[in-house]
Amino acid sequence: MAISFKNAFGLHEQGMLLREQRTVLLADNIVNADTPGYKAKDLDFKVALANAQERQSTPINRTHEKHFEISTSSRSEVKFRLADQTDTGDGNSVDIHRERNAFTENSMEYQSSMQFLNSKIGGLRKALGGQS
Amino acid sequence: MSLYRVFDIAGSGLSAQALRLNTTASNIANAESVSSSLDTTYRGRHPVFAAQYDQALGQQNGAGVQVLGIVESDAPLTTEYNPSHPLADENGFIYKPNVNIMEEMANMISASRSYDANVQIADAAKQMLTRTLSLGQR
Repeated sequence: MAISFKNAFGLHEQGMLLREQRTVLLADNIVNADTPGYKAKDLDFKVALANAQERQSTPINRTHEKHFEISTSSRSEVKFRLADQTDTGDGNSVDIHRERNAFTENSMEYQSSMQFLNSKIGGLRKALGGQS
Repeated sequence: MSLYRVFDIAGSGLSAQALRLNTTASNIANAESVSSSLDTTYRGRHPVFAAQYDQALGQQNGAGVQVLGIVESDAPLTTEYNPSHPLADENGFIYKPNVNIMEEMANMISASRSYDANVQIADAAKQMLTRTLSLGQR
């Protein structure tokens, strides 16, 4: 069996990039918890991961520097959160507790992806080193 | 890497909340600053926050919070008849600021909680980055 780094890492690579993107979105929500008129946003992870998978299977490479950069992502991944409380008085739809929970959850999931990658790398290292 | 942007975002939140704490401190400190005319009386100050967006990437990519400016409260000032006060005007009135101490205390607690939340965000991002940078090390 050939050692393929791409197969070894699988979807975790894409997953981590999405987790990173979600971290930025959630951080933005928490920072704007006191901003009038701000609407909380979040990543639709299912759609985003499906898009990422599609990108991985049909990558569009630029073979010339003057080619346009085409992104296959439809940018529909980022959506506004449905507010629990419809009227907060200033049009802000951030629920700080919910956002902080989501942030913690997201960073734990990021770390578990990291753990998987670490073990994969450990396995590959073992395979490359052989038994001496 | 976009995780570095979390530091910029959390940083913008920290400075905005620090400014809010500053105005609250100023309001509480000046809550009893009496004056002899309506024009020179201290008025409560409050910062106005607005979401900041990444200009290159549009509305979906937030880049933190910005302070648009500081507005003075237009709530009515308290007028008190106190002719023996050294600052009383010719009719014997002194003017007190329109600062509500209760509101300011609540505002202060809210600002310091938000500040805490922002610090924790930066801390979590730092941990995630440290773990990423040590990926694959034995």
